[in-house]
Amino acid sequence: MIRDVLLVARKDLRLEWRSRVGVGQVLPFALLCVLLFAFALDVDRGVLQEATSGLFWVVVLFATVLVVQRAFAIEADDGVLDALRLSGLAPSAVYLGKVVAITVELLALEVVLWLAVAVLYDTTLRGWGLLAATVVLATLGAAAAGATYGVVGLRLRGAETLLPLLLLPLLAPVLIGATSASDVALGRSAGPGWPWAAMLGIFSGVYLLLGSVLFRPLMEDP
Amino acid sequence: MASSPVVDLRGVVAVVGRFPALAGVDLRVGSGEVVLVRGPNGAGKTTLLRLCAGLLPVTDGHAEVLGVDLAVAGRDVRRRVGLLGHATFLYADLTVLENAVFWARATGVTPDDAVAALDRLEVPARVRDLPVRSLSTGQRRRVSLAVTVARRPELWLLDEPHAGLDATGRDLVDGLVAEASAAGATVLFASHELERAEAVARRIVTIAGGVVTDDEVVRRSSDAGVGGEVSGDP
Repeated sequence: MIRDVLLVARKDLRLEWRSRVGVGQVLPFALLCVLLFAFALDVDRGVLQEATSGLFWVVVLFATVLVVQRAFAIEADDGVLDALRLSGLAPSAVYLGKVVAITVELLALEVVLWLAVAVLYDTTLRGWGLLAATVVLATLGAAAAGATYGVVGLRLRGAETLLPLLLLPLLAPVLIGATSASDVALGRSAGPGWPWAAMLGIFSGVYLLLGSVLFRPLMEDP
Repeated sequence: MASSPVVDLRGVVAVVGRFPALAGVDLRVGSGEVVLVRGPNGAGKTTLLRLCAGLLPVTDGHAEVLGVDLAVAGRDVRRRVGLLGHATFLYADLTVLENAVFWARATGVTPDDAVAALDRLEVPARVRDLPVRSLSTGQRRRVSLAVTVARRPELWLLDEPHAGLDATGRDLVDGLVAEASAAGATVLFASHELERAEAVARRIVTIAGGVVTDDEVVRRSSDAGVGGEVSGDP
Protein backbone atom coordinates (compact mmCIF):
# COMPACT_ATOMS: atom_id res chain seq x y z
CA MET A 1 0.00 0.00 0.00
CA ILE A 2 2.72 2.48 1.01
CA ARG A 3 4.71 1.48 -2.06
CA ASP A 4 1.73 2.28 -4.30
CA VAL A 5 1.04 5.59 -2.52
CA LEU A 6 4.65 6.65 -3.05
CA LEU A 7 4.55 5.43 -6.67
CA VAL A 8 1.59 7.71 -7.44
CA ALA A 9 2.99 10.63 -5.44
CA ARG A 10 6.40 10.43 -7.14
CA LYS A 11 4.73 10.25 -10.55
CA ASP A 12 2.55 13.29 -9.83
CA LEU A 13 5.47 15.33 -8.50
CA ARG A 14 7.60 14.37 -11.48
CA LEU A 15 4.82 15.40 -13.86
CA GLU A 16 4.43 18.66 -12.00
CA TRP A 17 8.13 19.35 -12.14
CA ARG A 18 8.22 18.61 -15.87
CA SER A 19 5.20 20.71 -16.79
CA ARG A 20 6.24 23.65 -14.58
CA VAL A 21 2.58 24.58 -14.09
CA GLY A 22 3.08 25.06 -10.37
CA VAL A 23 6.18 27.18 -10.66
CA GLY A 24 5.13 28.99 -13.82
CA GLN A 25 1.45 29.60 -13.12
CA VAL A 26 0.18 28.77 -9.63
CA LEU A 27 3.03 30.42 -7.73
CA PRO A 28 2.90 33.68 -9.74
CA PHE A 29 -0.88 33.74 -9.30
CA ALA A 30 -0.56 33.34 -5.53
CA LEU A 31 2.18 35.97 -5.29
CA LEU A 32 0.06 38.33 -7.38
CA CYS A 33 -2.84 37.89 -4.97
CA VAL A 34 -0.57 38.69 -2.01
CA LEU A 35 0.68 41.75 -3.85
CA LEU A 36 -2.81 42.94 -4.79
CA PHE A 37 -3.97 42.64 -1.18
CA ALA A 38 -0.96 44.77 -0.23
CA PHE A 39 -1.95 47.41 -2.81
CA ALA A 40 -5.57 47.36 -1.67
CA LEU A 41 -4.82 47.72 2.03
CA ASP A 42 -1.52 49.59 1.91
CA VAL A 43 -3.13 52.86 2.93
CA ASP A 44 -3.46 51.42 6.38
CA ARG A 45 -0.48 49.17 7.15
CA GLY A 46 -2.05 48.23 10.47
CA VAL A 47 -5.05 46.61 8.78
CA LEU A 48 -2.75 44.68 6.48
CA GLN A 49 -0.77 43.35 9.42
CA GLU A 50 -3.91 42.50 11.38
CA ALA A 51 -5.33 40.60 8.42
CA THR A 52 -2.09 38.82 7.45
CA SER A 53 -3.20 35.33 8.51
CA GLY A 54 -6.59 35.54 6.85
CA LEU A 55 -5.22 36.94 3.62
CA PHE A 56 -2.48 34.31 3.55
CA TRP A 57 -4.91 31.42 3.95
CA VAL A 58 -7.40 32.82 1.44
CA VAL A 59 -4.60 32.88 -1.12
CA VAL A 60 -3.59 29.34 -0.17
CA LEU A 61 -7.15 28.11 -0.69
CA PHE A 62 -7.30 29.74 -4.12
CA ALA A 63 -4.01 28.07 -4.98
CA THR A 64 -5.36 24.77 -3.65
CA VAL A 65 -8.17 24.86 -6.21
CA LEU A 66 -5.66 25.35 -9.02
CA VAL A 67 -3.31 22.63 -7.78
CA VAL A 68 -6.16 20.15 -7.35
CA GLN A 69 -7.50 20.90 -10.82
CA ARG A 70 -4.08 20.31 -12.28
CA ALA A 71 -3.57 17.09 -10.29
CA PHE A 72 -6.68 15.57 -11.84
CA ALA A 73 -6.39 17.10 -15.29
CA ILE A 74 -3.32 14.93 -15.87
CA GLU A 75 -5.45 11.85 -15.26
CA ALA A 76 -8.11 12.99 -17.70
CA ASP A 77 -5.68 13.17 -20.63
CA ASP A 78 -5.48 10.33 -23.10
CA GLY A 79 -7.50 7.80 -21.14
CA VAL A 80 -5.12 7.60 -18.20
CA LEU A 81 -7.94 7.33 -15.68
CA ASP A 82 -9.06 4.11 -17.40
CA ALA A 83 -5.50 2.82 -17.25
CA LEU A 84 -5.43 3.53 -13.52
CA ARG A 85 -8.68 1.63 -13.11
CA LEU A 86 -7.20 -1.29 -15.08
CA SER A 87 -4.01 -1.35 -13.06
CA GLY A 88 -3.67 -3.19 -9.81
CA LEU A 89 -3.43 0.03 -7.83
CA ALA A 90 -5.94 0.30 -5.01
CA PRO A 91 -8.09 3.42 -5.46
CA SER A 92 -7.27 4.42 -1.90
CA ALA A 93 -3.55 4.28 -2.78
CA VAL A 94 -4.17 6.51 -5.80
CA TYR A 95 -6.09 8.92 -3.57
CA LEU A 96 -3.45 9.02 -0.85
CA GLY A 97 -0.69 9.38 -3.43
CA LYS A 98 -2.48 12.40 -4.85
CA VAL A 99 -2.93 13.85 -1.36
CA VAL A 100 0.79 13.47 -0.68
CA ALA A 101 1.74 15.15 -3.97
CA ILE A 102 -0.73 18.02 -3.53
CA THR A 103 0.45 18.53 0.06
CA VAL A 104 4.11 18.69 -0.97
CA GLU A 105 3.33 21.17 -3.76
CA LEU A 106 1.26 23.39 -1.47
CA LEU A 107 3.85 23.31 1.32
CA ALA A 108 6.53 24.47 -1.11
CA LEU A 109 4.22 27.24 -2.28
CA GLU A 110 3.43 28.29 1.29
CA VAL A 111 7.10 28.66 2.22
CA VAL A 112 7.48 31.21 -0.59
CA LEU A 113 4.19 32.89 0.32
CA TRP A 114 5.17 33.30 4.00
CA LEU A 115 8.39 34.99 2.89
CA ALA A 116 6.41 37.27 0.57
CA VAL A 117 3.96 38.10 3.36
CA ALA A 118 6.81 38.82 5.77
CA VAL A 119 8.30 41.32 3.31
CA LEU A 120 5.19 42.90 1.79
CA TYR A 121 3.02 43.00 4.93
CA ASP A 122 5.90 43.81 7.25
CA THR A 123 5.01 40.80 9.38
CA THR A 124 7.44 39.12 11.76
CA LEU A 125 7.13 35.37 11.63
CA ARG A 126 7.23 33.74 15.06
CA GLY A 127 5.53 31.08 17.13
CA TRP A 128 7.31 28.60 14.91
CA GLY A 129 6.03 25.40 16.53
CA LEU A 130 2.37 26.33 16.30
CA LEU A 131 2.85 27.94 12.91
CA ALA A 132 4.54 24.84 11.47
CA ALA A 133 1.87 22.52 12.87
CA THR A 134 -0.86 24.78 11.50
CA VAL A 135 0.70 24.92 8.07
CA VAL A 136 1.16 21.15 7.85
CA LEU A 137 -2.28 20.21 9.18
CA ALA A 138 -4.20 22.87 7.24
CA THR A 139 -2.39 21.93 4.04
CA LEU A 140 -3.04 18.24 4.59
CA GLY A 141 -6.72 18.96 5.21
CA ALA A 142 -7.03 21.11 2.11
CA ALA A 143 -5.27 18.45 0.02
CA ALA A 144 -7.40 15.63 1.46
CA ALA A 145 -10.67 17.45 0.75
CA GLY A 146 -9.40 18.72 -2.59
CA ALA A 147 -8.42 15.27 -3.83
CA THR A 148 -11.82 13.89 -2.86
CA TYR A 149 -13.62 16.54 -4.89
CA GLY A 150 -11.03 16.67 -7.65
CA VAL A 151 -11.94 13.20 -8.84
CA VAL A 152 -15.61 14.21 -8.88
CA GLY A 153 -14.63 17.06 -11.19
CA LEU A 154 -13.28 14.54 -13.71
CA ARG A 155 -16.79 13.26 -14.27
CA LEU A 156 -18.53 16.61 -14.54
CA ARG A 157 -18.88 19.00 -17.41
CA GLY A 158 -17.60 22.46 -16.58
CA ALA A 159 -15.40 21.03 -13.87
CA GLU A 160 -13.08 24.06 -14.06
CA THR A 161 -15.79 26.35 -12.74
CA LEU A 162 -17.63 23.80 -10.66
CA LEU A 163 -14.68 22.67 -8.57
CA PRO A 164 -14.19 26.03 -6.81
CA LEU A 165 -17.91 26.15 -6.07
CA LEU A 166 -17.79 22.69 -4.53
CA LEU A 167 -14.47 22.98 -2.81
CA LEU A 168 -14.20 26.46 -1.33
CA PRO A 169 -17.24 26.22 0.98
CA LEU A 170 -15.95 22.86 2.12
CA LEU A 171 -12.60 24.38 3.00
CA ALA A 172 -14.15 27.06 5.20
CA PRO A 173 -13.23 25.12 8.39
CA VAL A 174 -9.61 25.05 7.20
CA LEU A 175 -9.69 28.79 6.60
CA ILE A 176 -11.18 29.51 10.03
CA GLY A 177 -8.93 27.11 11.94
CA ALA A 178 -5.73 28.00 10.11
CA THR A 179 -6.35 31.74 10.36
CA SER A 180 -7.12 31.55 14.07
CA ALA A 181 -4.11 29.36 14.86
CA SER A 182 -1.80 31.51 12.71
CA ASP A 183 -3.05 34.66 14.45
CA VAL A 184 -2.06 33.18 17.79
CA ALA A 185 1.32 32.05 16.46
CA LEU A 186 2.04 35.50 15.02
CA GLY A 187 0.97 37.22 18.24
CA ARG A 188 -2.12 38.87 16.72
CA SER A 189 -4.47 37.04 19.06
CA ALA A 190 -4.07 36.13 22.70
CA GLY A 191 -6.27 33.03 22.75
CA PRO A 192 -5.05 29.42 22.72
CA GLY A 193 -3.80 28.28 19.31
CA TRP A 194 -3.30 24.55 19.71
CA PRO A 195 -7.04 23.69 19.90
CA TRP A 196 -7.37 25.22 16.44
CA ALA A 197 -4.47 23.11 15.24
CA ALA A 198 -6.15 20.07 16.75
CA MET A 199 -9.34 20.93 14.88
CA LEU A 200 -7.34 21.07 11.66
CA GLY A 201 -5.93 17.64 12.50
CA ILE A 202 -9.41 16.22 13.01
CA PHE A 203 -10.61 17.76 9.74
CA SER A 204 -7.65 16.22 7.93
CA GLY A 205 -8.23 12.84 9.49
CA VAL A 206 -11.91 12.80 8.63
CA TYR A 207 -11.26 13.74 5.01
CA LEU A 208 -8.41 11.28 4.62
CA LEU A 209 -10.75 8.55 5.82
CA LEU A 210 -13.68 9.72 3.69
CA GLY A 211 -11.53 10.14 0.60
CA SER A 212 -9.93 6.71 0.99
CA VAL A 213 -13.37 5.10 1.14
CA LEU A 214 -15.13 7.24 -1.47
CA PHE A 215 -12.39 7.36 -4.07
CA ARG A 216 -13.17 3.89 -5.42
CA PRO A 217 -16.82 4.62 -6.40
CA LEU A 218 -15.89 8.13 -7.50
CA MET A 219 -13.33 6.77 -9.97
CA GLU A 220 -15.94 4.59 -11.66
CA ASP A 221 -18.13 5.51 -14.61
CA PRO A 222 -21.49 6.78 -13.39
CA MET B 1 -17.09 -27.14 -25.12
CA ALA B 2 -13.66 -28.27 -23.95
CA SER B 3 -13.36 -25.67 -21.21
CA SER B 4 -15.33 -22.81 -19.74
CA PRO B 5 -15.33 -19.79 -22.05
CA VAL B 6 -13.05 -16.84 -21.39
CA VAL B 7 -15.81 -14.48 -22.50
CA ASP B 8 -19.40 -15.52 -21.91
CA LEU B 9 -22.00 -12.87 -22.71
CA ARG B 10 -25.69 -13.66 -22.78
CA GLY B 11 -28.21 -10.99 -23.66
CA VAL B 12 -25.86 -8.29 -22.42
CA VAL B 13 -27.16 -4.75 -22.44
CA ALA B 14 -24.89 -1.81 -21.65
CA VAL B 15 -26.24 1.70 -21.51
CA VAL B 16 -23.69 4.47 -22.03
CA GLY B 17 -25.17 7.79 -20.98
CA ARG B 18 -28.75 7.21 -22.05
CA PHE B 19 -27.84 5.25 -25.14
CA PRO B 20 -27.97 1.44 -25.18
CA ALA B 21 -24.61 0.87 -26.86
CA LEU B 22 -25.03 -2.89 -26.43
CA ALA B 23 -28.60 -4.07 -26.87
CA GLY B 24 -28.49 -7.79 -26.10
CA VAL B 25 -25.13 -9.24 -27.08
CA ASP B 26 -24.64 -13.00 -27.09
CA LEU B 27 -21.01 -14.05 -27.45
CA ARG B 28 -18.83 -16.87 -26.19
CA VAL B 29 -15.10 -16.90 -26.74
CA GLY B 30 -12.85 -19.76 -25.72
CA SER B 31 -9.29 -19.92 -24.49
CA GLY B 32 -6.67 -19.12 -27.13
CA GLU B 33 -9.17 -17.84 -29.68
CA VAL B 34 -8.39 -14.83 -31.85
CA VAL B 35 -11.65 -13.08 -32.61
CA LEU B 36 -12.14 -10.08 -34.86
CA VAL B 37 -15.09 -7.87 -33.97
CA ARG B 38 -16.13 -5.83 -36.94
CA GLY B 39 -18.96 -3.48 -37.67
CA PRO B 40 -19.75 0.08 -38.70
CA ASN B 41 -18.99 3.13 -36.58
CA GLY B 42 -21.21 3.23 -33.51
CA ALA B 43 -21.97 -0.49 -33.72
CA GLY B 44 -20.81 -1.07 -30.17
CA LYS B 45 -17.35 -2.56 -30.74
CA THR B 46 -15.50 -0.26 -28.35
CA THR B 47 -18.25 -0.61 -25.76
CA LEU B 48 -18.00 -4.39 -26.03
CA LEU B 49 -14.25 -4.31 -25.41
CA ARG B 50 -14.56 -1.88 -22.51
CA LEU B 51 -17.29 -3.97 -20.96
CA CYS B 52 -15.13 -7.10 -21.22
CA ALA B 53 -12.34 -5.14 -19.49
CA GLY B 54 -14.65 -4.49 -16.55
CA LEU B 55 -14.72 -0.75 -17.19
CA LEU B 56 -18.42 -0.46 -17.95
CA PRO B 57 -21.32 -1.64 -15.82
CA VAL B 58 -23.58 -4.37 -17.19
CA THR B 59 -27.07 -2.91 -17.40
CA ASP B 60 -28.80 -6.22 -18.11
CA GLY B 61 -28.01 -9.81 -19.06
CA HIS B 62 -25.25 -12.13 -17.91
CA ALA B 63 -21.60 -11.25 -18.50
CA GLU B 64 -18.75 -13.44 -17.38
CA VAL B 65 -15.11 -12.79 -18.26
CA LEU B 66 -12.26 -15.07 -17.16
CA GLY B 67 -14.74 -16.81 -14.90
CA VAL B 68 -15.71 -13.57 -13.14
CA ASP B 69 -19.30 -12.36 -13.15
CA LEU B 70 -18.91 -8.73 -14.21
CA ALA B 71 -22.10 -7.66 -12.49
CA VAL B 72 -20.76 -8.96 -9.18
CA ALA B 73 -17.01 -8.34 -9.32
CA GLY B 74 -16.17 -6.59 -12.58
CA ARG B 75 -13.14 -4.93 -11.02
CA ASP B 76 -11.54 -8.32 -10.42
CA VAL B 77 -10.93 -8.93 -14.13
CA ARG B 78 -9.22 -5.62 -14.79
CA ARG B 79 -5.78 -6.69 -13.72
CA ARG B 80 -6.00 -9.83 -15.86
CA VAL B 81 -6.88 -8.12 -19.14
CA GLY B 82 -4.84 -5.91 -21.43
CA LEU B 83 -6.83 -3.17 -23.11
CA LEU B 84 -5.43 -1.18 -26.00
CA GLY B 85 -7.89 1.60 -26.65
CA HIS B 86 -8.15 4.62 -28.89
CA ALA B 87 -6.32 6.57 -26.18
CA THR B 88 -2.69 5.73 -25.47
CA PHE B 89 -3.06 5.56 -21.65
CA LEU B 90 0.27 7.39 -21.35
CA TYR B 91 1.36 10.52 -19.47
CA ALA B 92 2.46 13.00 -22.11
CA ASP B 93 5.02 14.75 -19.88
CA LEU B 94 6.75 11.57 -18.71
CA THR B 95 9.38 9.93 -20.86
CA VAL B 96 8.75 6.65 -22.63
CA LEU B 97 10.82 4.77 -20.07
CA GLU B 98 9.18 6.52 -17.10
CA ASN B 99 5.75 5.65 -18.47
CA ALA B 100 6.71 2.03 -19.08
CA VAL B 101 8.23 1.64 -15.63
CA PHE B 102 5.36 3.41 -13.86
CA TRP B 103 2.73 1.22 -15.50
CA ALA B 104 4.85 -1.89 -14.93
CA ARG B 105 5.00 -1.16 -11.21
CA ALA B 106 1.33 -0.20 -11.13
CA THR B 107 0.35 -3.49 -12.73
CA GLY B 108 2.64 -5.64 -10.63
CA VAL B 109 5.35 -6.50 -13.16
CA THR B 110 9.00 -5.54 -13.02
CA PRO B 111 10.70 -2.64 -14.81
CA ASP B 112 12.76 -5.28 -16.64
CA ASP B 113 9.53 -6.66 -18.09
CA ALA B 114 8.69 -3.16 -19.28
CA VAL B 115 12.04 -2.72 -20.97
CA ALA B 116 11.75 -6.15 -22.58
CA ALA B 117 8.34 -5.16 -23.95
CA LEU B 118 9.78 -1.95 -25.38
CA ASP B 119 12.46 -4.08 -27.04
CA ARG B 120 9.81 -6.45 -28.36
CA LEU B 121 7.90 -3.55 -29.90
CA GLU B 122 11.17 -2.23 -31.35
CA VAL B 123 10.84 1.13 -29.65
CA PRO B 124 14.19 2.78 -30.49
CA ALA B 125 16.54 3.44 -27.59
CA ARG B 126 17.00 7.04 -28.72
CA VAL B 127 13.35 7.90 -28.01
CA ARG B 128 13.05 6.19 -24.62
CA ASP B 129 14.26 9.23 -22.72
CA LEU B 130 12.01 11.61 -24.61
CA PRO B 131 8.67 12.79 -23.26
CA VAL B 132 5.77 10.96 -24.85
CA ARG B 133 4.32 14.23 -26.12
CA SER B 134 7.27 14.57 -28.50
CA LEU B 135 6.66 11.19 -30.16
CA SER B 136 4.77 10.54 -33.37
CA THR B 137 1.36 8.85 -33.23
CA GLY B 138 2.85 5.57 -34.37
CA GLN B 139 5.61 5.67 -31.77
CA ARG B 140 3.09 6.40 -29.02
CA ARG B 141 1.03 3.47 -30.21
CA ARG B 142 4.02 1.18 -29.96
CA VAL B 143 4.77 2.34 -26.43
CA SER B 144 1.14 1.84 -25.50
CA LEU B 145 1.27 -1.68 -26.92
CA ALA B 146 4.49 -2.35 -25.02
CA VAL B 147 2.78 -1.39 -21.77
CA THR B 148 -0.01 -3.84 -22.60
CA VAL B 149 2.44 -6.59 -23.54
CA ALA B 150 4.47 -6.15 -20.35
CA ARG B 151 1.54 -7.06 -18.14
CA ARG B 152 1.07 -10.42 -19.92
CA PRO B 153 -2.72 -10.38 -19.93
CA GLU B 154 -4.87 -13.48 -20.10
CA LEU B 155 -7.35 -11.65 -22.32
CA TRP B 156 -6.20 -9.12 -24.90
CA LEU B 157 -8.74 -6.49 -25.86
CA LEU B 158 -7.41 -4.50 -28.78
CA ASP B 159 -9.35 -1.61 -30.25
CA GLU B 160 -8.00 -0.77 -33.71
CA PRO B 161 -4.53 -2.17 -32.90
CA HIS B 162 -3.16 -1.42 -36.37
CA ALA B 163 -4.26 2.21 -36.40
CA GLY B 164 -1.46 4.74 -36.69
CA LEU B 165 1.25 2.11 -37.19
CA ASP B 166 3.60 1.70 -40.12
CA ALA B 167 3.97 -1.59 -41.98
CA THR B 168 6.60 -2.89 -39.55
CA GLY B 169 4.44 -1.96 -36.60
CA ARG B 170 1.43 -3.70 -38.09
CA ASP B 171 3.45 -6.85 -38.63
CA LEU B 172 4.59 -6.62 -35.01
CA VAL B 173 0.98 -6.45 -33.85
CA ASP B 174 0.09 -9.51 -35.91
CA GLY B 175 3.08 -11.34 -34.47
CA LEU B 176 2.09 -10.39 -30.93
CA VAL B 177 -1.45 -11.62 -31.45
CA ALA B 178 -0.18 -14.94 -32.77
CA GLU B 179 2.27 -15.27 -29.87
CA ALA B 180 -0.38 -14.42 -27.30
CA SER B 181 -2.76 -16.98 -28.75
CA ALA B 182 -0.04 -19.63 -28.89
CA ALA B 183 0.67 -18.96 -25.22
CA GLY B 184 -2.98 -19.64 -24.40
CA ALA B 185 -4.20 -16.06 -24.13
CA THR B 186 -7.42 -15.01 -25.81
CA VAL B 187 -7.53 -12.07 -28.19
CA LEU B 188 -10.61 -10.02 -28.97
CA PHE B 189 -9.93 -7.16 -31.31
CA ALA B 190 -11.89 -4.57 -33.26
CA SER B 191 -10.66 -3.29 -36.57
CA HIS B 192 -11.74 -1.49 -39.68
CA GLU B 193 -8.71 -2.79 -41.58
CA LEU B 194 -10.55 -5.90 -42.55
CA GLU B 195 -8.10 -7.47 -44.98
CA ARG B 196 -5.26 -7.51 -42.47
CA ALA B 197 -7.48 -8.28 -39.51
CA GLU B 198 -9.18 -11.18 -41.23
CA ALA B 199 -5.78 -12.68 -41.97
CA VAL B 200 -5.02 -12.73 -38.26
CA ALA B 201 -8.40 -13.74 -36.87
CA ARG B 202 -9.70 -17.27 -36.64
CA ARG B 203 -13.20 -16.13 -36.05
CA ILE B 204 -15.09 -13.05 -37.17
CA VAL B 205 -17.96 -11.59 -35.21
CA THR B 206 -20.04 -8.88 -36.84
CA ILE B 207 -21.81 -6.43 -34.61
CA ALA B 208 -24.34 -3.78 -35.61
CA GLY B 209 -26.76 -1.74 -33.58
CA GLY B 210 -25.41 -3.20 -30.38
CA VAL B 211 -26.15 -6.84 -31.24
CA VAL B 212 -24.16 -9.65 -32.85
CA THR B 213 -25.48 -10.13 -36.37
CA ASP B 214 -22.99 -12.70 -37.66
CA ASP B 215 -20.44 -15.07 -36.17
CA GLU B 216 -18.25 -17.24 -38.38
CA VAL B 217 -15.15 -19.38 -37.95
CA VAL B 218 -12.68 -18.57 -40.69
CA ARG B 219 -9.79 -20.75 -39.56
CA ARG B 220 -9.62 -23.58 -37.09
CA SER B 221 -6.92 -23.49 -34.42
CA SER B 222 -5.22 -26.53 -35.93
CA ASP B 223 -4.94 -24.65 -39.25
CA ALA B 224 -3.18 -21.79 -37.56
CA GLY B 225 -0.74 -24.05 -35.80
CA VAL B 226 -1.51 -22.65 -32.38
CA GLY B 227 -3.27 -24.05 -29.37
CA GLY B 228 -6.59 -23.13 -27.93
CA GLU B 229 -10.23 -24.00 -28.05
CA VAL B 230 -12.73 -22.66 -30.48
CA SER B 231 -15.75 -22.50 -28.27
CA GLY B 232 -17.95 -19.98 -29.89
CA ASP B 233 -21.33 -20.52 -31.34
CA PRO B 234 -20.79 -19.86 -35.00
